[in-house]
Amino acid sequence: MTTENTLPAHHPGSLLSVNHLSIPDVSEILAATARIEAMPAPERAKLLAGRRVALLFYESSTRTRTSFELAAKSLGATTTLVSDKSSSIEKGESLKDTGITLRALGAEAIILRHNASGAPDLLARMTGLPVLNAGDGMHEHPSQALLDFRTMLTRLGLDAASASETCLKGVTVVITGDIRHSRVARSNAMLLPRLGARVILCGPEPLLPREALSLHPAIEIERDLDRALSQASVAMMLRIQKERLAGLSLDLAAYIEGYQLTEARIAAHAPNVLVMHPGPMIRGLEIQSEVADGPNSAIEEQVRHGLAIRTALLVRALGVNA
Amino acid sequence: MTDLLIRNAHVIDPATSLDAQKDVLVREGRISAIEHPGAFTTLEIKDTIDAAGLALAPGFIDVHVHLREPGQTWKETIATGTRAAAAGGYTTVVAMPNTVPVNDTVESLTWMLAPERNSAINLLAMPAATQGSLGEHLTHYEALAMGGAVGFTDDGKPILDDHVMRAALVTAARMGLPVSQHAEDTRLTGGCSMHAGPVAFRLGLRGMTVEAESNIVERDIALLREIESDEGLRPHLHVQHVSTAKALAAIRQAKQQGLHVTCEAAPHHFTLTDDALEGYNTNAKMNPPLRAETDRLAVIEAILDGTVDCIATDHAPHAAHEKEVEFERAPNGITGIETALGLALRVLHRQHGLPVAHIVALMSNNPAKIIHLKDRGSLKAGNYADIVLFDPAAEWTFAAAQSLSKSKNTPFDQAPMLGRVHATISEGRVVHRHGTAR
Ligand SMILES: [Zn+2]
Repeated sequence: MTTENTLPAHHPGSLLSVNHLSIPDVSEILAATARIEAMPAPERAKLLAGRRVALLFYESSTRTRTSFELAAKSLGATTTLVSDKSSSIEKGESLKDTGITLRALGAEAIILRHNASGAPDLLARMTGLPVLNAGDGMHEHPSQALLDFRTMLTRLGLDAASASETCLKGVTVVITGDIRHSRVARSNAMLLPRLGARVILCGPEPLLPREALSLHPAIEIERDLDRALSQASVAMMLRIQKERLAGLSLDLAAYIEGYQLTEARIAAHAPNVLVMHPGPMIRGLEIQSEVADGPNSAIEEQVRHGLAIRTALLVRALGVNA
Repeated sequence: MTDLLIRNAHVIDPATSLDAQKDVLVREGRISAIEHPGAFTTLEIKDTIDAAGLALAPGFIDVHVHLREPGQTWKETIATGTRAAAAGGYTTVVAMPNTVPVNDTVESLTWMLAPERNSAINLLAMPAATQGSLGEHLTHYEALAMGGAVGFTDDGKPILDDHVMRAALVTAARMGLPVSQHAEDTRLTGGCSMHAGPVAFRLGLRGMTVEAESNIVERDIALLREIESDEGLRPHLHVQHVSTAKALAAIRQAKQQGLHVTCEAAPHHFTLTDDALEGYNTNAKMNPPLRAETDRLAVIEAILDGTVDCIATDHAPHAAHEKEVEFERAPNGITGIETALGLALRVLHRQHGLPVAHIVALMSNNPAKIIHLKDRGSLKAGNYADIVLFDPAAEWTFAAAQSLSKSKNTPFDQAPMLGRVHATISEGRVVHRHGTAR
C-alpha cells in the first residue's frame, strides 16, 4: 500500500530529485546547456536579466554555492545569499517561514543546500516557488548527477546535447566509497542506469549496505575494487567523511588499502578509466594525488560542466526559453 | 436521566455472543434490556432511535490516546480529543501520561480525570510507570491505582533498565494492573526517523531496525517468566502498538506458554507501509514507524489469529506548524481516533475477511478486559449504556478538515473508509450523531 493522501505538487521548475526528471527533461536540460554555452556573453546575460534568485545555504559549500551563483550572474539574474552564518536566517525561524520571507522579498527561485534530507521538498511545498536542490542531507544532489552525466558524455566522445535511454549503453560506472552517506552517489545511482549505464557500487559493508540495491533494479554491488575497476569505463570516487565513520566499524588504513584509487590500480585494471570525484577530495585518502591530477582525471572538467548545467537549470526554473 | 429506546438494530455483542436484530432499552444510563423487535412497544419512551440498517455495538474503548492536556492544549484538549473520540464511536479512552508535566502523581491524575476537563465520554488514564517517565524510579503505584489508574506506562519512551522494568511488573501485578510498554530500544534508534529499509535508504534517512522493537518485547517476556517462577506473581505486560513480525512472533509464543501478555495494533500499522513516507510526508511519521509490507501483513495475520488483543489508535495530535518542518525534526504521531473503524472494516473485514463481530471485540470487549473494566465493553444488562451505532456498509471519504480533533495530522485525508458511525451514546447520553440516524 502507498500513501493515502496526495501531497501538493511542487513547482514544475523545481529540481528536488533526479527521479522527478523524465528522459526528455534530461535531454532538454542538456540541449539548453549547450545552447546557453554557445551564446555570446552579452546575450546570455539577458536571459534572466532583472530576475531574482535566492541562495539559501544551511550548510557551507564553496563549490556548489559559487557554481550556482556564477551561473545565475552569467544569466543576468540578481542573487542574494542567505547562509547559516549570515544574520539573515533568524535564530529559530523555521525553514517554511524563511522561504515565505524570501518569496515576499521577491525571490523567484530558491537554491537550497540543507543538512536535512527532504528539506527542498518541504520548501517547494510551502512556498510554491521553483526550488533547486543543491544537496539535502544524505538524500540527493541532482545537479551534480546531471553535470557528471554531461562530463561523461563529452569525455567519452558522445553527443553532449541530448539524452536517451541508451545513450550510456556500454558504459560501466563504478561508484566507490561512502555510499551510505553520499547524496552524490544516490543521485548518480538513480539517474545513470536510466540512461543505459551499468552502475556498480563498490565499498565495504558499513559504507555500502545491501539496501543500496533498491536505488535502481539494475544496480550491482561489488566489494572488491580491483574486480570492479577491471570492468569500469568510469571510476567515480567519493569523499570519506572521517567524522561520519564514528560508530561504524571501519579501519581507515584498511580502507585505503582496499579502496583508494591509485596509479598502480589503474595501470593494472583500467588504464583508460575516466576518473571522477564530486569534491571536495581528500588527497591520499580515497584518491591518490597523482590520480586526481593525472591524465585520466575529469575532476576539473566536472566543475566546468557544473556551471554550465546550472545555467540550464536556472533558466528552466524561471520558465525562460533559452 | 431520560430513557432511550433503540429499535430495529443489528445488535453485535461479542461478550454475550449476541448477533441479531433487537430492540435495546436504556434506563438511568444503563443497559436495561435487549429484546426482540417490538418487545417494548407498550412502554412509553419519548426518546427513540430507529436503527434499522445499522449495527449496534458496545461503545469502542481505546487504551492508547494522547489528549495533550495539561501542557500542550494547542494540539488537543481533553474536551476536543474526547469529542473526536465520540465521533469515532468511542465511549472510553485511556489518556497516556506524556503530558506537560508528565502525569505521574495522584494530583495530576485527579486533575486530569476531573469533570472540569469536560470530557465528552468516559475518560481513564494510565499514569507514568516511572517518575517523569525518566525510567529510573517507580511512581506510587498503590496511590495511583486508588486514584483511578488503569495501568502504568512511560509511553513514548521504553523502560530500558531491566531492574526498573522488573520492579514495575512486580508492583503493578500486586495492584492487578498491566504495565503498558512502548517497546523501543532507544540505544539502537538514535537519530532515526523511520523504518530501516530500502525506502529509508533512498530517502537518505536513518532507519529504526525491527530488532529495536523486538529486543525489548523479548526482554520483557523473559522478565515475566522470571517473575512468575521467582515471586509466584502473575504480572501483566501489555505491549503497545506492535509493528513488527518479529515482536509479534515473540508475543504469540509467550501467549502459548501461558504468560500474561496482551498487545495492541494501530490501524495505521495494518493499513500503510513505509512507502507512505515518499515525498517526506511528515503526516506519515510516527513511532513505531510504518514498516515494510511483510510486517504489515504480519500485523494483520496476528489480528486474525488472536495474537493481537485489541485495536488502539495511538491518537497523537500535533499542530500543522509542528509537522511543517524538516522530516527529521517533525514530531512523531498521527491523529486516528475518527478513522479507526473505517480502516478496520476496510482492511480487516473487506480485504481480509475478519467478521464484523470480531472487529467489535477488538475495539470494545477485549480492551475492556485488558484494563479490567467490569461494566463496560459489553451490552450486558446493568452495564453502562455505552453504545455505538454504525452502518458497516457505508463507504465514505474521510476529510481531515472536518475532523473534530484540534489537529489534522493524518495520512488518511481523503482516504476511503468503510463503515460510518451514526451515533455514539455514552452512559445513556447521545454524545455524537451523524447524518440521518434519529
Ligand atoms: Zn508509544
